[in-house]
Amino acid sequence: MSELKIENLTVEVEGKVILRNVNLSVKQGEIHALMGPNGSGKTSLSLAIMGHQKYKIREGRILLDGEDITNLEPNEKVKRGLFLAFQNPVEIDSIKLSTLLVAEYNAFYGERTTPLEVLNYVKSSVKNVGLTESILNRGVFQGFSGGEKKRIEMAQMLLLKPKISILDEPDSGVDVDGLKIIADAINKLKVENNTGYIIITHYRRILDYVNPDLVHVLNKGTVVASGGKELARLIDEKGYEAVIKN
Amino acid sequence: MEEKQLGLDLKEIIEASLDARDERISLQEFHSRVVNAGLRRDVIEEISRTKREPEWMLKLRLKGLELFEKLPTPNWLPDVLAGLDISSMNLYVKPNTGTARNWDEVPNEIRNYYDELGIIKSEQDYLAGLVAQFESEPIYENVKKELEKKGVIMLSMESAVQKYPDLVKEYYMRIFPPSDHKFAALHAALSSGGVFVYVPKNVRLVTPIEGFFVIGTPQEAQFEHTLIVADENSSIHFIEGCSAPRLSKDSFHDGMVELYAKRNARIKFTTIQNWSKNVINFNNKRAWADENATIEWVEGSLGAKVSLVYPSTILRGEGATSTSLVVTMAGSPGDWKDSGSKMIHSAPNTKSKVVNKNIGFNGGVNVYRGLIRVNKGATAARAYVKCDSLMLDDITKAYTFPHNEVMEEDADVAHEAHTLRMNEEQLFYLKVRGIDEKEATSMLVLGFIDDIMRELPFEYATMLNQVIKLELEKLGAVA
Repeated sequence: MSELKIENLTVEVEGKVILRNVNLSVKQGEIHALMGPNGSGKTSLSLAIMGHQKYKIREGRILLDGEDITNLEPNEKVKRGLFLAFQNPVEIDSIKLSTLLVAEYNAFYGERTTPLEVLNYVKSSVKNVGLTESILNRGVFQGFSGGEKKRIEMAQMLLLKPKISILDEPDSGVDVDGLKIIADAINKLKVENNTGYIIITHYRRILDYVNPDLVHVLNKGTVVASGGKELARLIDEKGYEAVIKN
Repeated sequence: MEEKQLGLDLKEIIEASLDARDERISLQEFHSRVVNAGLRRDVIEEISRTKREPEWMLKLRLKGLELFEKLPTPNWLPDVLAGLDISSMNLYVKPNTGTARNWDEVPNEIRNYYDELGIIKSEQDYLAGLVAQFESEPIYENVKKELEKKGVIMLSMESAVQKYPDLVKEYYMRIFPPSDHKFAALHAALSSGGVFVYVPKNVRLVTPIEGFFVIGTPQEAQFEHTLIVADENSSIHFIEGCSAPRLSKDSFHDGMVELYAKRNARIKFTTIQNWSKNVINFNNKRAWADENATIEWVEGSLGAKVSLVYPSTILRGEGATSTSLVVTMAGSPGDWKDSGSKMIHSAPNTKSKVVNKNIGFNGGVNVYRGLIRVNKGATAARAYVKCDSLMLDDITKAYTFPHNEVMEEDADVAHEAHTLRMNEEQLFYLKVRGIDEKEATSMLVLGFIDDIMRELPFEYATMLNQVIKLELEKLGAVA
């Protein structure tokens, strides 16, 4: 059973501490929701876990299946089964989406699959999130709507089948149909691949579709509350103040 | 016109040429006769005599020598070229063989070299014709029978001068006169080898023709001359490949390309320059485009320590069009890649487009010097220049000197220039998708030159792709 363990993580950006002593442990097949007000450090945590160079880890470590992966290159973390869906992925208009998906498939699985098979996987990953193949000919995220970006992030998750997946606001800027498709992708991989999740969100909406085992609340870079689904309901009804004030 | 799908993987050529560069092929002792070094009248007379040239050619050479001595060294050249002692170089290196029409007649050691470069096989598989040059002389020339039947002439310049002296004389150094600058004059004096192609009226070639040039002697200077005349309503794609193994001393390349597309004709000229690092490359490229003719330059200037190349088109006829797509790469300390296209609009309704892309890292220097000129009377001219530099580190430099001279008010001349650094967020995104830093970098670099890659035949795009990837391996090795 795979497990992502974040132990006592303290992170700095340009000399300023933005995450302090964060502990979090996610096992395969579990869904953890990570909530918190704007600027509480949710996105920073996801980027620090993946190894963004701007985020300096001052203390603590990140373990995947017992292995210390704190200082590994991002691509090495991905190879070991970690995934991040970005909140707002950067546009790369010089690279075609199909080129990216083929390259990441080959990087992840090694080039043992024939190019034709890879292309089929890539095409079906896009169709699985309700998009047409023609989107593959466009530059990566070039002129994509918010919803299309989120769906393509999900398509890549389906392609790489991670052990543990971090989703940064997969539901923001997405309409009801889009939300359903994204939730389906999450559930599909949980069932078929026993993927474990950290889902960063502001809304209870998505948690009605995917059933979180635990909800954590981050404030000012620290986990201030953890609990069951009822915590999300409480926040939805009374705002973050209800859980943060203690 | 659709280009026929090329059958052979040209990757092999580039692999072998890279092998040669990295000294993995043992440098053979080629038997060659070097005419005494020294830039003197009697040396030039001897070269001309050896080639049994007509009188006009010798006169042109001597005029070239005279001009070379008279003309000033261009003041914008990098030091290494301004300080080059031409007279100390091997100005004419004659391989110990004649020009064959059959590879079996080529001496073993030279044939093996071309074989290892993959050129013999690529000729069999997809080229319509090939001229191969070793040192100063062509060692092989052949054009497929069906082209000969259509009246296509493709010969080494030496053979062409012998067989079609009048035809050659009509165009030779008319498009690029020796008086133009010091190195054009030098070229006129010492020109040796190269290719002459004549495509008759209404003949449209669908498979490319290739010229391949090898420098094999240290401190050699090579001055091959390529002249292509496409008669009315004809078309041709000529591919030029260059290679040199890593030699002990600098070599100098001062080649010239003259293209002439007559009414409604089209010439596409593709160069993949991958000289080894100790070659100094000065290339003179100029074209004439008559009424409704098209000239397309595609240039990958990847190898050589110092390379200067400025594909130029004179749009002489109404409705003539020219494009120039140039990629240069400077990836080592001391690398100097100087490029820039020139488009001279001399007739109404002419169009030109220049796309120049520079890639720099490890302290290399890229320079763009371009010219758009719209002459009086060239009404309704349209010109577009795009010049982008991508720098992968902080020790690398890129300079852009665009120049416009516009004499007609209704001309539409647009210029766009961008200087780009590697985008860290894009790099991070690719890494978070499991792609390692090197692969991610080359994906972004290749993306940067994608609009030029799309103009290349598939095999050449693959080859360019590979050369760039291999060069990028060295990224950061210096810092």
